Amino acid sequence: MKCERCHSNEANVHLTQVVDGEVHKLHLCESCARESGVDVQNPMTIADLFLGLGQAPAGQADREREGCPRCHLQRADFKKTGRLGCPDCYTYFGDELAPLLRAMHHGDRHVGKRPVGAAAEERRVETLAELRRQLEEAVAAENYELAAKLRDDIRALSGENEISSSPSAS
Amino acid sequence: MNIQEILDHPHAWTVEDSQGTVVVSSRVRLARNLADAVFPDWGGEEERVRVWQRLRQVLETLPAIQGAVSAGNEEVAERDRQLLFERHLLSREHAKRGRGSGIVLQPREGLAIMVNEEDHLRMQALRPGLGLVEAWRAVDVVDSQLDAKVPLAFSPRWGYLTACPTNVGTGMRASVMLHLPGLALMEEIGPLVKGVAKIGLAVRGLWGEGTEAQGNLFQISNQVTLGDREEDIIHNLEQVVREIVSHEENARARLWRDRRVVLFDQVGRAAGILAYAHILSSREALDLLSALRLGMDMGILSGAERGRVQELLLAIQPAHLQRRAGRTLQPPERDQARAELVRETLGPVIRVALRARRKKHE
Repeated sequence: MKCERCHSNEANVHLTQVVDGEVHKLHLCESCARESGVDVQNPMTIADLFLGLGQAPAGQADREREGCPRCHLQRADFKKTGRLGCPDCYTYFGDELAPLLRAMHHGDRHVGKRPVGAAAEERRVETLAELRRQLEEAVAAENYELAAKLRDDIRALSGENEISSSPSAS
Repeated sequence: MNIQEILDHPHAWTVEDSQGTVVVSSRVRLARNLADAVFPDWGGEEERVRVWQRLRQVLETLPAIQGAVSAGNEEVAERDRQLLFERHLLSREHAKRGRGSGIVLQPREGLAIMVNEEDHLRMQALRPGLGLVEAWRAVDVVDSQLDAKVPLAFSPRWGYLTACPTNVGTGMRASVMLHLPGLALMEEIGPLVKGVAKIGLAVRGLWGEGTEAQGNLFQISNQVTLGDREEDIIHNLEQVVREIVSHEENARARLWRDRRVVLFDQVGRAAGILAYAHILSSREALDLLSALRLGMDMGILSGAERGRVQELLLAIQPAHLQRRAGRTLQPPERDQARAELVRETLGPVIRVALRARRKKHE
C-alpha cells in the first residue's frame, strides 16, 4: 500500500481516528507521519488512549473550555500529564475513562475495601444505589452467585444503618 | 527518636534476611486522597502546604503509627532524602520534592508514609522475606484509623480515587523483591519476565519503575488495581512468587549439576574482586555481591557472614556512602570509597571463607 500523502513511499504507519463517531483510517509512510506530527516511536500516550485521538464530540466545546467544574482541569491538561486534577474529575471524565479503565484493569467496578469512617454516611446511600444496580445487572445476566453476594452486601449495608448511629461501632 | 537516628540506623526489615534465600522483602502501599482537596500536582504549593500540615497533625495521632517521626521535605537535606529513597522508604520522585511534601516514618513497624507525592497519601508497609499478608494488615490498619479522621476520596463505582487512573480502585500496589542469580546464570530471566507480564504482573528492577535489574534483584508487583479485592491480589501475587522461587531453586540445582565450573568461577571471581578491588561502581558491586550471596546460599562459601553482605547492599549506595564520609563525594570518589568499604567489610571474611574451603578439600 502506498502512502496517502506522498503517494510514493510504502505506507507503514496506520492510524485510526474516531471523529464525531465516524472512523477514519489513514495510511502514511514514516516520514510523512513524522511531518504530520505523529510520534512514530511513542504513537500514543496513556492520556491519548483515554481521551481518544479525535476532537471532542460536537456540542462539548463549551464544556471543554471550562474543564472539570471543581478544579478546572481540562482534557488537554490531562492529555499532557496523564494525571487527573481532583476526585471530581472521575465524574466529569467518567464516560471517557470507563472503556479504557476496563481495558487496563479487571472490569470497571471496585470490589475491594470501602471506607467506613469520616465520610461514610454521605456515601452509604450512593453505595446502596450502586449495589442495587449491580444486583439488577447480575440477575439479568443470570449470574446468581454474584447476585447472592450482592444481596448479602446490600443487607449488611442497610443493616449498618442502626449500628452506625453510634460512631464507635467499628 | 528523630529523623537523624533513622538515617543512622537501617532497621531490621531493610537488612534482615529472615527466610529462604530468594525472597528479599515484601511491600504493600496504598494510594489515598482527601475528598475535599485538589490532587497535589494540580493544587499548587500553598494548597500542598495546607494539606501537609493538616495530614501531619492527623497522622501523628494515629495509634497504629505511635512514636512515628515526621518531617517536611524541606526540613531534610536532599542527600538524606536520597538515603531514605535508597532504603525504599521514599520514592525517587518524592525524594526530589521540597516544601509542601512530607514524610512520616515508623521504622519499628516498617511503616513509611509519603504526603503529597503524586497522591495526598502514599502509605506503605515493608516486611523482610515473603510477608505480603502481614504488610497488607499493617497498612490496612493505618488506613482504617485514618479513614475515621478525614474524608477519603472514594466512589462506590471506581473505589479510591487517585491522581493517575492506573492506581484507582484499591489504590494498592503489592510488590516483592526477589534475588534470582540462578535464573540469570541459566539465561532464563527473559522468558520469566514475559510469562509474568502475561498474567498481569509487572517485573521491575531494584529501584522500581523504569529501572533495569542490578545485582539480579527483581521487583514483582500487581498492575491491576480495579476489579479485584485486595486479598485476592495479594494471594495471587504470593502464589506467583512461590512459583518463581521454585524455578530459581530448580535453576540453582541445574547449575550445580550441569555448570558447576561456571558457578564456581562466578563466585570465585566475585570474591576476588570484592576482597581486592580499589575502584567499584555501584552496578559492579551489586552484581558481585549477588554472586557472593549465591556462593553462600549454595554452600560454596561459608554463609556465616551473610548479614554483612546484606548490609552492604545498602551501605554501598551513593547517599549512604556520602553520609558515612560526612560530605558530598563526586562519582569517582564514591567508587573508591565503595571499594574501600567493601574491602574492609568483606576482605577478611572472604579470606577466612576461602581458607576454610581449601582445608576442607585437603
